[in-house]
Amino acid sequence: MSSEHIDEVSGISTTGHEWDGIRELNNPLPRWWVITFYITVAWAVAYTIAYPAWPMLSSATKGVLGYSSRNAVKIELAAAEAAKGKYVAAIQQKTVSEIAADDALREFAVAAGGATFKVNCVQCHGSGAQGSKGFPNLNDDDWLWGGTTEQIQQTIAHGIRFASDPDTRQSEMPPFGDIITPEQIAQVGAYVASLSGKVQDASLIEPGAKVFAENCVACHGDNAKGNKELGAPNLTDAIWLYAPGETAIAVQVRAPKHGVMPAWIGRLGESKVKELAVYVHSLGGGE
Amino acid sequence: MHVLDKTQMERLEAKAVNSAKTRQPLYAPRKKIFPKRASGSFRRFKWLVMAITLGIYYLMPWLRWDRGPFAPDQAVLIDLANRRFYVFFIEIWPQEFYYVAGLLMMAGIGLFLITSTVGRAWCGYTCPQTVWVDLFLVVERAIEGDRNARMKLDAGRWTARKLVLRVSKHAIWLVIAAATGGAWILYFADAPTLIGDVFNGTAASVAYVTIAVLTATTYTFGGLMREQVCTYMCPWPRIQAAMLDENSLTVTYNDWRGEPRSRHAKKVQAAGQPVGDCVDCNACVAVCPMGIDIRDGQQLECITCALCLDACDGVMNKLGKERGLISYATLSDYNANMAVVTAGGSGPVNPSLVRTADSTFSARLAHFHIRKIFRPRTFFYMSAWTAVGLALIYSLLTRDRLEINVLHDRNPQFVTLSDGSIRNGYTVKLLNMIPEPRTIVVTMQGLQGAEMSVVGSDLPAARFFAIAVEPDRLNMLKVFVRQPAGEVRHAAQTFKFRVEDRASFESDEYTATFNAPEIAR
Repeated sequence: MSSEHIDEVSGISTTGHEWDGIRELNNPLPRWWVITFYITVAWAVAYTIAYPAWPMLSSATKGVLGYSSRNAVKIELAAAEAAKGKYVAAIQQKTVSEIAADDALREFAVAAGGATFKVNCVQCHGSGAQGSKGFPNLNDDDWLWGGTTEQIQQTIAHGIRFASDPDTRQSEMPPFGDIITPEQIAQVGAYVASLSGKVQDASLIEPGAKVFAENCVACHGDNAKGNKELGAPNLTDAIWLYAPGETAIAVQVRAPKHGVMPAWIGRLGESKVKELAVYVHSLGGGE
Repeated sequence: MHVLDKTQMERLEAKAVNSAKTRQPLYAPRKKIFPKRASGSFRRFKWLVMAITLGIYYLMPWLRWDRGPFAPDQAVLIDLANRRFYVFFIEIWPQEFYYVAGLLMMAGIGLFLITSTVGRAWCGYTCPQTVWVDLFLVVERAIEGDRNARMKLDAGRWTARKLVLRVSKHAIWLVIAAATGGAWILYFADAPTLIGDVFNGTAASVAYVTIAVLTATTYTFGGLMREQVCTYMCPWPRIQAAMLDENSLTVTYNDWRGEPRSRHAKKVQAAGQPVGDCVDCNACVAVCPMGIDIRDGQQLECITCALCLDACDGVMNKLGKERGLISYATLSDYNANMAVVTAGGSGPVNPSLVRTADSTFSARLAHFHIRKIFRPRTFFYMSAWTAVGLALIYSLLTRDRLEINVLHDRNPQFVTLSDGSIRNGYTVKLLNMIPEPRTIVVTMQGLQGAEMSVVGSDLPAARFFAIAVEPDRLNMLKVFVRQPAGEVRHAAQTFKFRVEDRASFESDEYTATFNAPEIAR
């Protein structure tokens, strides 16, 4: 098995290894190949000395170059922060309408506000800001409390019916179930529904208008167009916070639901609220 | 105690596995090769190929091509920073990279075609490794002399002369290598500017790193490793066997006329022994850049550079014999001729069967005929190559230089507005793919009653708008399309965005969908 053996067919000597009569030819590797292999081994050893590598009991060896991927991320983040610095400073100083008027600043604010929105606002307003029942769609052109950048900023900063913020937007529709009769509620529901669509029983509309004039105009206005000062919705448009239709309206008249939005100024700070306001305004419905 | 004598001891058949007798080297040092200068028609052809390929490589970045004020004027430029590729009159955007893929397919199929026809012609003539090794050998010969002088110098002791020769050889190699690395980067930026920056020390660090890496590889592969690259590092010698068949031309030692070889033909002949044409002068081995002996038959190391062919033809000329003892021949011809001269394989090569009495070749011997090139395999490669080429040309001639791409907002898909109308948002990308500014018109087709407005612009809501686009740029717009409630027909309606350049009559369309809630119908 271990004696010198030359393969008869190829004339090449074998390594002396034999398995069931099959012998392995000895075609030597080129020496440079082996040297290259040793260089890679040396490189690997040097690498484990230079960089963090060997697992120890509580952590890994640090490496003499002191590299750490966490630090690398920190440095990159710091660089990114520094790059944003110019915009962040400008956003701090300028008002939202000034920001919205400046192309570069607006682009930055929309991007930054979009990121903030995805973390803080999507839980209620949805990832596309499309809202849902009881939570307003921010893409459309209907605004309970006003849709200018300043008004949006005010809403975000101080919230709606958020008790612990003194500057919060405050209003409440009384539960008319205690004030008017169920028939009147059905009538006023039909009247309000008729302002933007068809109703089943048209005979209810006229008495409903009378009920409306007696009870609702104070907040919703003579023409039912609402009042943004009070957050009273426009009842003549196609957009309904809870649901369209006379039944749904009657339900809301009898025992109104009131949404609450927290004040964000304390959590996000002035700049982020401004960015959010510009972002929400950019969604397509801003006034 | 009973004592055994020596003869009674049992002998075991055992040997140490690492005994010096059985130990063999597992690693082979490189054997130095000193290729002799060849001369002849193939050598001249190789000089020509070398001049053309090196000329293209080193000079191409300096060619200028006027594209007007809004595009670079370098004929061949890979502008990675701006994601544009310029090749003479063609400008390629990243999404048109399939042209490059197509060219690579053509290169691949072309390689198959060439290999199945004339063997490893790529390896022997045009492979950068071959061309640069040839160039480095020119330098080596100019400084150290031809084969014998180089062998003597290499074997001799270190003297001042040897030192000077070696240092100057490696210095010139390094200069060539640096020029090679330097030329590479010129394809990626404006050549005159970049070369100035490189010498000023103001070029980007990636430029210097690239030059350094390519200098190192050129010097190592072309000067130091040479044939080792082909034999051990390159996959192509292993793959190309699949392209070769019995009708492929390869560099062949025709042992049907060469054997039995003899250095003393007359003496042997006088002794009544048969003699072939090969005089065993080893000229073919001396010129071989791979250091192999073609007379051992086809082998993996052979790059078919045909220098042995030149060397042997030179010898045959001097001997007054027909050229072509080593020739481009097909395996089928070779086998047929071997069968003839060995009387069907029944014995060794018999020179009396090669030539007739008047010392011309026997009429039974096969010779290469050009029609062997035309066989199903080469037809297939040729037609595949042509098909890809024609498809590329067709696609290039008919491609759009003005495009529109539309992304429909997915979230929300639609928005109901106060007046009950429905709004959809679209990200509209207008691609002006020529290096000139132009004004283009975007129109809506279909979607009754709908109008579009561009976010961030003062354009009034309308069914069309004109917009100026920058040269060679993508213009991205946010467009809102609004359809009155009464006009909404379906939950999903299709309509077209059409973009046209009214000066050049170029246009493009994109069919988009307009979504609406069920309730709006």
